[in-house]
Amino acid sequence: MKVAVLKGGRSLERGVSLRSGARVEDALERLGHEAIALDVGGDLVKRLVAERPDVAFVAMHGVGGEDGTAQELLEILGIPFTGPGAAACARCMDKSQAKSAIREAGLPTPDWFAFSQTAFRELGAADALSRLEQGLGFPLVVKPSRGGSSLGVKFAGSAGEVPQALVSAFSYDDRVLLERFVEGRELAVSVLGEEALPVVEAIPTGGDSYDFEARYEIGRTRFVCPAELSGEQSAAVTEAALATYRTLGCSGFARVDLILADDGPQVLEANAIPGLTDTSLLPQAAEAAGMSFERLVERILELALEPVAA
Amino acid sequence: MSEVPIPPHRRRAHTSTRDLERYAGLFAERTTVMRSSAMRDLMAITARPEVISLAGGLPDTSTFPPKSFAAQMTRIAQESAAEALQYGPTEGFEETKDCIVEVMGAEGMLVDPHDVIVTTGGQQAIDLVAKTLVDPGDVVICEAPTYPGAVPVFCSYQAEVIQVECDEDGMRVDELERLLETLRAEGKRPKFVYTVPTFQNPAGVTMSLARRQRLVELARLHELLVVEDNPYGLLRYGGETLPPLYQLDGGDFVIYIGTFSKILSPGIRLGWAVAPPPVMEKIVLGKQASDLCTSTLTQYFVREYFAEGRWRQYVEDLVELYRARRDTMLAALAEHFPAAATWTEPQGGLFIWATLPEYIDTGDLLAKALRADVAFVPGQAAYIDERGRNSMRLNFSGVDEGEIREGIRRIGAVIAEQVELYEALTGERAVPAQPEQAETNVLPFRKAGEAGG
Repeated sequence: MKVAVLKGGRSLERGVSLRSGARVEDALERLGHEAIALDVGGDLVKRLVAERPDVAFVAMHGVGGEDGTAQELLEILGIPFTGPGAAACARCMDKSQAKSAIREAGLPTPDWFAFSQTAFRELGAADALSRLEQGLGFPLVVKPSRGGSSLGVKFAGSAGEVPQALVSAFSYDDRVLLERFVEGRELAVSVLGEEALPVVEAIPTGGDSYDFEARYEIGRTRFVCPAELSGEQSAAVTEAALATYRTLGCSGFARVDLILADDGPQVLEANAIPGLTDTSLLPQAAEAAGMSFERLVERILELALEPVAA
Repeated sequence: MSEVPIPPHRRRAHTSTRDLERYAGLFAERTTVMRSSAMRDLMAITARPEVISLAGGLPDTSTFPPKSFAAQMTRIAQESAAEALQYGPTEGFEETKDCIVEVMGAEGMLVDPHDVIVTTGGQQAIDLVAKTLVDPGDVVICEAPTYPGAVPVFCSYQAEVIQVECDEDGMRVDELERLLETLRAEGKRPKFVYTVPTFQNPAGVTMSLARRQRLVELARLHELLVVEDNPYGLLRYGGETLPPLYQLDGGDFVIYIGTFSKILSPGIRLGWAVAPPPVMEKIVLGKQASDLCTSTLTQYFVREYFAEGRWRQYVEDLVELYRARRDTMLAALAEHFPAAATWTEPQGGLFIWATLPEYIDTGDLLAKALRADVAFVPGQAAYIDERGRNSMRLNFSGVDEGEIREGIRRIGAVIAEQVELYEALTGERAVPAQPEQAETNVLPFRKAGEAGG
């Protein structure tokens, strides 16, 4: 098969995407496919039309790749592609939208408020801040609504730290979230097709557990897969992840991040196109399920080519 | 699936996370202190062609005349092909050292060619000095902020790096003195002090004569080595020339690092170190182990180039070019940066260091700036701790004046948005509290709008 691997692009997560893409290309070639590497730019449509691939493997992360933009184009061009469709990607990318959908479906997610920059600049939302802060309590987490990995995510330990955290978060998106901080174990559940893979737990190795940058550095976070969970815990976490996946309309694959608190799991977000690098969580989970990276790539392709029942 | 034979791989494939773990077990401890982060990925994007990058430290090599480059290389090919393609001595060719003696002479330094080693760029000289002097846990002192490229070198030798604040007269030597006393009380002997005293990277500041003299005295008093990294000394656009530390000390306690990168070409990877003979002996052994010798071909090139006798004129051309670019950047900063921002006014070199209100994280600001297709180096890169988060390094040598104006305008616009947002959030028409600033930002900067020059 001729497989176009879409990677790179203008996203801030270009670097990770290039690594994901390169690894996928290797796997595709080992599987005997013809891999066409496409660093996504202004000539994407032209190149897709010229290459006429059988299927597109989308290995893009972050705004511009994971948010449904590329997927919309692929849908218009009628090229089957891996991972969730354009609408689901857009929903996953926007945390405030995703959380609304998750809560409406009756699934647990930490309390939050979402704001646009305009609300602060023009409507005096700053005056409402202290009320919200009281409602959420400290520390709270400030995140860009649309953004990947840890970029722009900050803890605010007190009211005084909130404006600065907001300025940082607004650097990445015009919409931000203030979210209640939930203490607990950090878990990630990758879903492949309709099937949950073994749960991964991220354990910070010492240092500041409020430092989000640390979570994405080798050596500063340890990943355990499968996570050591009781049967009951594992079922609850997996159930919440699958329900989130379905609620957001995902297909193919996705990764759901959760916190396991004392009173059960809380869903933080879903990543429509989780990383596929050699340190990424989805491949780790697949491996724990006895699936090599090649087999994982093959399975993702199969899912992309399955007739969609929607 | 078609049964096509498996094609040969372009890249080696890491097939599983277990592979990575298997390697991880083999990694030396020193690799764990090397930095890697989302911010590094962000810096990778600054290379997009549409981005005006004020992030690099690039000299403008476009002004080097292609004709004379061609003539020199042709002469090498015709007259010394066999030698130029052969290994050379580890210390470097005598002829290269003669060029080095000439360059150092132009800055008032007298140097014995026997004390010189030719290295693969100034960067290798830093590496060799650290390799020669640093055991794991040893204290190395450098400036705050310091050359971002030096930090990974010191870290890879597992040094304990301590940074001493700079102000507009360079490293606070009084603070260094106190630090040395403290270290002495703790029974620690720092291996060396690393400094870029002239047109510092990244801050653009120059160490005053009084501090230079005191630093050299301290070195003698404490029998402490000072590593003087001087890539920019000849690129002076104004003010009075100051003697290098090497000249003041005479080469007893000062190890000097120089480079052809900024006066000729960084692509030829040619630098040098000057050290007292016992230290040099060890450095040569280290160099031998690293790469046997510096590129003979580029040493031949430098020899040919210097034989033409035009090198000083070329440096003067560069000085003219960069002076105009610096002035353009300073004017653009005054026009486009907010009132609460401050910056240094370098008398030479390649960089301006700008400091923003404390609530602006320049790492996050870079993400926003990249959307406007402009880039800079976030200040954090120049510190080993959390300092510098509201500062940035701006390069004015690598892009033309039009791009400098446009780049600064774009950065100014994204900063203005953040300032406005912060003010909306806090309800302050905030000029941030001055006393607080004075304590946290030791570098005193000129305010926007004040006369510069």
